[in-house]
Amino acid sequence: MNSITRPSLPPGGIANLSRRGLLGAAGIGTLLLGFGLPTAARAQKGPPMSRHATAVAAYLQIRPDGTIRLLSPFVEGGQGIATSSAQIIAEELDADPAQFVVECAPAGAEYQIMFGDQVRFTGGSFSTRASYTTFRKLGATARAMLVQAAAQRWGVPTAEVTTSPGRVLHAASSRSLGYGELAEAAAKLPVPADASLKDAAQFRVIGKPTPRLDVRAKSTGAAKYGIDSAAPGMLQAAIAHAPRLGQEPATLGNEAAVRAMPGVHSVHRLPGAVAVLADRWWRARQAVEALEIGWTGGTLPEDFSSASQLAGFKAAAGGAAQVAETRGDLEAGMRGAAKVVEAEYDAPYLAHAQLEPPSALAVFAADGTLDLTMPNQAPEMYREVAAKLAGLQPGQVRIHSPLLGGFFGRHFLYDTANVFPQAIALAKAVGRPVKVIWSREEEFRRDAYRPLSYTKLRAGLDAQGMPVALQAVAVGEGPLGRHMAGFLANPKVDDSVVEGLTEKPYGIAHHRVDYVHSKQPVNIGFWRSVAHSMNDFFYESFLDELAVTAGRDPFEYRMALLAGSPRHATLLKAAAELSGGWQRGPYDAADGTKRARGCAMASPFGSEVATIAEVSLKDGEVVVHHLWVAIDPGQIVNPAIVAAQVRSAAAIGLSSALLEEVVFEKGEPQALNFDAYPILPPARMPQISVRIVESGAPMGGVGEPGTPGVPPAVANAVAALTGQRIRSLPLAKARLGTT
Amino acid sequence: MIEISVNGRTQSVDAEPDTPLLWVLRDWLGMTGTKYGCGIAQCGACSVLVDGQAMRSCQVPVESVAGQQILTIEAMADHPVGKKVVEAWVAAQAPQCGYCQSGQVIAATGMLLQTPKPTEDDIAGAMTNLCRCGTYLDIAAAVKRAAETA
Repeated sequence: MNSITRPSLPPGGIANLSRRGLLGAAGIGTLLLGFGLPTAARAQKGPPMSRHATAVAAYLQIRPDGTIRLLSPFVEGGQGIATSSAQIIAEELDADPAQFVVECAPAGAEYQIMFGDQVRFTGGSFSTRASYTTFRKLGATARAMLVQAAAQRWGVPTAEVTTSPGRVLHAASSRSLGYGELAEAAAKLPVPADASLKDAAQFRVIGKPTPRLDVRAKSTGAAKYGIDSAAPGMLQAAIAHAPRLGQEPATLGNEAAVRAMPGVHSVHRLPGAVAVLADRWWRARQAVEALEIGWTGGTLPEDFSSASQLAGFKAAAGGAAQVAETRGDLEAGMRGAAKVVEAEYDAPYLAHAQLEPPSALAVFAADGTLDLTMPNQAPEMYREVAAKLAGLQPGQVRIHSPLLGGFFGRHFLYDTANVFPQAIALAKAVGRPVKVIWSREEEFRRDAYRPLSYTKLRAGLDAQGMPVALQAVAVGEGPLGRHMAGFLANPKVDDSVVEGLTEKPYGIAHHRVDYVHSKQPVNIGFWRSVAHSMNDFFYESFLDELAVTAGRDPFEYRMALLAGSPRHATLLKAAAELSGGWQRGPYDAADGTKRARGCAMASPFGSEVATIAEVSLKDGEVVVHHLWVAIDPGQIVNPAIVAAQVRSAAAIGLSSALLEEVVFEKGEPQALNFDAYPILPPARMPQISVRIVESGAPMGGVGEPGTPGVPPAVANAVAALTGQRIRSLPLAKARLGTT
Repeated sequence: MIEISVNGRTQSVDAEPDTPLLWVLRDWLGMTGTKYGCGIAQCGACSVLVDGQAMRSCQVPVESVAGQQILTIEAMADHPVGKKVVEAWVAAQAPQCGYCQSGQVIAATGMLLQTPKPTEDDIAGAMTNLCRCGTYLDIAAAVKRAAETA
């Protein structure tokens, strides 16, 4: 989702993109909002400021006891946004971040503070960089109102009033009041437009490793997630999804017997699914599993497989291409090359596998309005569709956004991958509150998967082996084009397919990225670091191949190509220093293992990352001992959160590199739980060292950038150790041996 | 009706005898701190202590634990070992999304109850719950801290 801030986007307003998915086919129209992003918002150098920055009452409630409730535009799902947002506001408000209680705000225009106030969502590693200036202004404005209120109460000039964290002071008369004692008076004052921001040199909270606000609740079972929500009189629903996407329930063989099972309330046909409602979820689940359902139809062909999709992409690769990015003259560069190297790379479908299975609780109030509680990354977008489904106006739908039990891109509007349409339909049908929970198996069946992808790479090397021309041809379809086409800068090029191949820092004179649009019938979604999650693997592995072809060290090769890009050269050097100095190997480690290292660069989400991996082999399986990651997000708010996010992002990157693959056979995903879809277990977690470099560049993202460098760094290390070049993930598919 | 002892309180539940303990806790008793993640004892999010032993409650039929002492995450802050684990978790800032952490805290507490001075191998053997946020290094730091204070 880099494209959203790319400076090539056309100006635009809001476009309605009606589409017919399964719900449409079932007679419930879905509506997706597509947003064009105004040039002005993108052109700003620093993080933009929302016109809602002074809407203190919408965001902040200072309670009599001095605690401060923040209604945040962003939802907390482990990325630490609640805490870092509190830090930014606390800095200017002059408060202790520990006094903050942060909740995700309901749907509402005053929380749409991104991209010229048109939209808000939690994703694309945008939250902090999109709100930094807005939150500072918000805090400063609230502080000015407290100072004003104190000055009025004491009858002294505002210039004599100062603050210390949580208190307003008048030094001359030795008087002070807690914020909580002044909040009511302050709230009645006119909101100043001109509250000034601190000099960064005076920061006492921003830049500090403030402890996260929710850690104790999350260590004691007190934290509440969507799946934990409840309403009086609620029924619970378990779902059986059609084995193949697009199939509809045709026959229910034993409905009467199932209706007689303990606790069962009713059986319902839904688009692509059957639901059983019961008093307890487990009883609903037992009942729905006992149902003998005959399915018919199917949009996903019966002969569809991951292998057939990959073959389809390969066949499409020679077709009409759009130029996604070009520099120099590719063909002239190739003609002048001493040697041409070609390779093909692919990466599989991936499941989000967030640990909290998705759910939705729908409660219609007596006046017909609707309360919806569910994990989501975009309340207004959900509200728009929910209102349509419920036959209501958006203002009649209240969206509640609890803590997310992991998300990694799982909770956007994804058509058949969303739970809430089922909850709305069922609550309407029975006239009672309904909570739907998808079992792990039903989640694996209907996730919006990270797309399968395929890229052809070709490079022309000069006599010294350095690349003078490089072409990448990316084939496929991305989640941006599928689900949020209005976000596309250029409707002909899906940035969620090509990002990571484009915008490389290397000094290669002739460089072109082509995009071949080729649809895939599987539902696809954003997965942590989106197209970077595979493209950086493709590109950085290929670059390693070029170095090997040239007989040069891959690290030195990259440094030579970064001669014109000091920010990246500095970062790669920082990663090498962090690892104790670059060495490729193979070499003998103290424990008797033979090890080697690989490196990779990535430029995801406005940040820069350099990654080094150290590997050995054990029984033909890769053991990753250590990852060293240097990240330059320009500037940061909380170094402990940044480091934690980098470790987390690196872990999921490693998980994808080593283990993960959603395989389709006969139109169905084969793995339906963690036994068949392993994710990184503790035993395979390496040491991870993180170095944060604050170059002062415009603020970049933090939640995702640590992911994409890991697969290529590991694969390059494997190549150094074994001579085997992995061009298809995951590594678990390959038989590895030392040469 | 089945009688079970949860966090020191005896409770009667009208669940079918083969109902997993996990769902009795969550749906019958409204104790949502214990989490559903996979339902097949792969992830460990549903871990509880049964007579001091960490068990994955999604695979424990409720009838099988009648008469045994069940402790859930809700009891850990007041449990002599559990509270040290919780404090270590907070000090190490282990949780991210937090969804697996109830089970992680239980797994660590169970291990320390059985093995107060765990070796690296003991820890590796006991701490096998999955974390999709990849907080394993922070969990390891928290376990070490808890073992030093327990």
